[in-house]
Amino acid sequence: MPRSSNRLNSKTPGRRPARRLASYGPDRTLAWQLSSFVLFFGMWEAAGRWPVSAAFPPFSQTVVALAEMAADGSLAQAYASTLQPLVIGIVICGIAGVGFGIGMGLSRAVEWFTLPVVIILQAAPMAAIIPLITYMYGIGLTAKVLAVVFMAAPVVVMNSYKGIRNTSPSLVEMCRAFLGTRRQVVAKVVLPYAAALIFTGLRLGLAMGFIGVVIAELLITPTGIGDLITYHSSVAEYSKMFAAIASIVTVAALTLYGLERLEHVLFPAEIRGA
Amino acid sequence: MAGDAIVETRGVGKTYDGGVEALRDVSIDFPRGQLSTLLGPSGCGKTTLLKIIAGLIPPNAGEVRVKGRKIDGPGPERAFVFQDFALLPWATVLRNVAFGLELRGVPREVRDETARRRLAEVGLSGFESSYPNQLSGGMKQRVGLARALAVDADIILMDEPFSSVDEQTRRKFQEDLLVLLRHRQKTVIFVTHSIEEAAYLSDRIVLLSPRPGTVSRVLTPDIGHDKDPDEIRRDRRYLDAVDEIWQILKQYVT
Amino acid sequence: MTLFGRKIPVVFSLAIWFFAWELIGRAGWSTIVPPVSSVLEAGITVLGTDKFSAAALISLRSFAIGMALALVTGIPLGFAMARLPGVGRLLGMWVNIFVSAPISALVPILMAVIGIGETTVVVTVYLFAVFVIVLDTQVGVKHADRSLVEMARSFGARRRQIYVHVLILSALPEILAGVRLGAIRGVKGVVIGQLLVAIIGVGELFELYSQHFLMEEFWALVIVVFLFAFAVSEAIAALERRVEYYASAR
Repeated sequence: MPRSSNRLNSKTPGRRPARRLASYGPDRTLAWQLSSFVLFFGMWEAAGRWPVSAAFPPFSQTVVALAEMAADGSLAQAYASTLQPLVIGIVICGIAGVGFGIGMGLSRAVEWFTLPVVIILQAAPMAAIIPLITYMYGIGLTAKVLAVVFMAAPVVVMNSYKGIRNTSPSLVEMCRAFLGTRRQVVAKVVLPYAAALIFTGLRLGLAMGFIGVVIAELLITPTGIGDLITYHSSVAEYSKMFAAIASIVTVAALTLYGLERLEHVLFPAEIRGA
Repeated sequence: MAGDAIVETRGVGKTYDGGVEALRDVSIDFPRGQLSTLLGPSGCGKTTLLKIIAGLIPPNAGEVRVKGRKIDGPGPERAFVFQDFALLPWATVLRNVAFGLELRGVPREVRDETARRRLAEVGLSGFESSYPNQLSGGMKQRVGLARALAVDADIILMDEPFSSVDEQTRRKFQEDLLVLLRHRQKTVIFVTHSIEEAAYLSDRIVLLSPRPGTVSRVLTPDIGHDKDPDEIRRDRRYLDAVDEIWQILKQYVT
Repeated sequence: MTLFGRKIPVVFSLAIWFFAWELIGRAGWSTIVPPVSSVLEAGITVLGTDKFSAAALISLRSFAIGMALALVTGIPLGFAMARLPGVGRLLGMWVNIFVSAPISALVPILMAVIGIGETTVVVTVYLFAVFVIVLDTQVGVKHADRSLVEMARSFGARRRQIYVHVLILSALPEILAGVRLGAIRGVKGVVIGQLLVAIIGVGELFELYSQHFLMEEFWALVIVVFLFAFAVSEAIAALERRVEYYASAR
């Protein structure tokens, strides 16, 4: 679809719809944001100094520990090991999961056969089968990739399917009235319409993938961020354990937030179908 | 008045899956070059009939003939204007107008040129690179009309095109529509539930009775559409037609 | 789907899946896939054991307590964030972060601070469920029909009456959607928490079965847990459908 993708190209000249990004999400005026940070980290610091528990370091110690881990290279090494399966897993979901979801949306037979399973899997705690994956595929990359795929696939498939099925019937009818073939209806109306929801699915899939890779690393595979967490916990270096956890939560949150912003830029509410 | 019918429906009936009978034994001739209106209360199946003529819905009984040939789907001699505009939200106005040509594989430059001309005719020059959401309802429907004109079909099917447009815009649009269509010798089949709109625009008015939809009466008001629009609205024959239609339709309104 | 003009119920597609599973199991393609018939057989045996009832009891209790806490704190917090601008601005960012952050990474903290036990699982369930409940409540209350609030004011409703009669009912569809998502996450929280803690509830059983390669029992447990998750989500969805009529009326 050569022309239908032109909205993805932000360099397209001409009038662009006004974006109402400001009305989205919590208010992010600087002062409030700062007080929000101060409040959160202040409470953390106070709780750590009080202390709540010997295993609860204050914020300041955690920051120092994080700096140490960044300096000695252990953090970078861990992230290389954690993010690799995550990226591979999401790419697999992006190709196979999205393709499958589109197939479900386009074919009644595929929908009939697979929808009940996908619905069940989406609500199911897929984490339960992670022990089995590691049992079968050991503690290497394959096991981690599979953990990511199993966690992320249901939501990716479901969103792609919903995107296709929610396509405005009126637009499909219009395309048929102007002699669009089945192929053209899919390429020029259905897929562009579903694109935003498919992207949302991939973002939610990535969120699940973060959970999956962390569980896989915590449960069995002594590598990556999970290993940093487990190791420092076992030798009672709690500030380093906290630093590792805080860093993965931050990385996940920032990545997902970035993708959400990107989604609003690529598919502003005004021009998205869904 | 032209004699030959360009569109004929023969005993058309439609019953939906749920068992609702929308149309029963509808046989109407639509003369070439005229503007015919399908008018009736909600639930009389007028939109269903229009979509059957468009080839978007298959009838359960009877057939539709266009230029003497039985249809089995949409065709290049018919173009549709939708009640909800049905514009692609992610495409510019220009691409929306050219969309019918795009689907037919017309090269980009050619179809854009045609689209630009049609846009000018409906009074939307300068909005080529806008997106539909930036336009008002009336402007959106002008885009829908330009899209139908761009494929150069002989027959234009319009499904309550002004129902989502405010009253003032609607009047202006109706006047423009008359000028535009007379000019090009198009055959128009127009669905509406507005009596005034039907009387003002039409050469022929087909009144449908509800549940199931059947042809109740066919009127030919003969108001003379070459006159000034404001004059038409004060014309005796126009006012009589409005009254006559109301007397007939009143019995269907509970 | 229809075949020869007849609608085939969706249950049949599940039956085909189970049949395929049985065939693959019988063919012995993979050691981790036993035939579904022997899984069901093992399931019946497992369900009768004291170990399973104890695990189920602990898991259900953790889920119920964690969810109850998430409801009684999450919904009021969502209200506060929607109605009191300062609260919304201070907490909004953190709720948004934690609603999508990998909460599973926080479990080691809970294990270190609270200890290895049921409380940790309860807190895990709470953390999995609470943020989405807060977020959806906030959205629901914020989007509550302004004209309804004005209507109530113009008839002299007091602040408390507006809350009780207008805001709560008006936001109910969104709140329920949040509760359903929270419950689905809560079930995941029970499983993940117990897997990581590894010595209690169904998490212990999963570990036990996979380590001793009791595949029949393992899959039987997976089916039970999946069915429970599905049942919880469907039960709340049924409740949602009951209030849908005024969600669509707005």
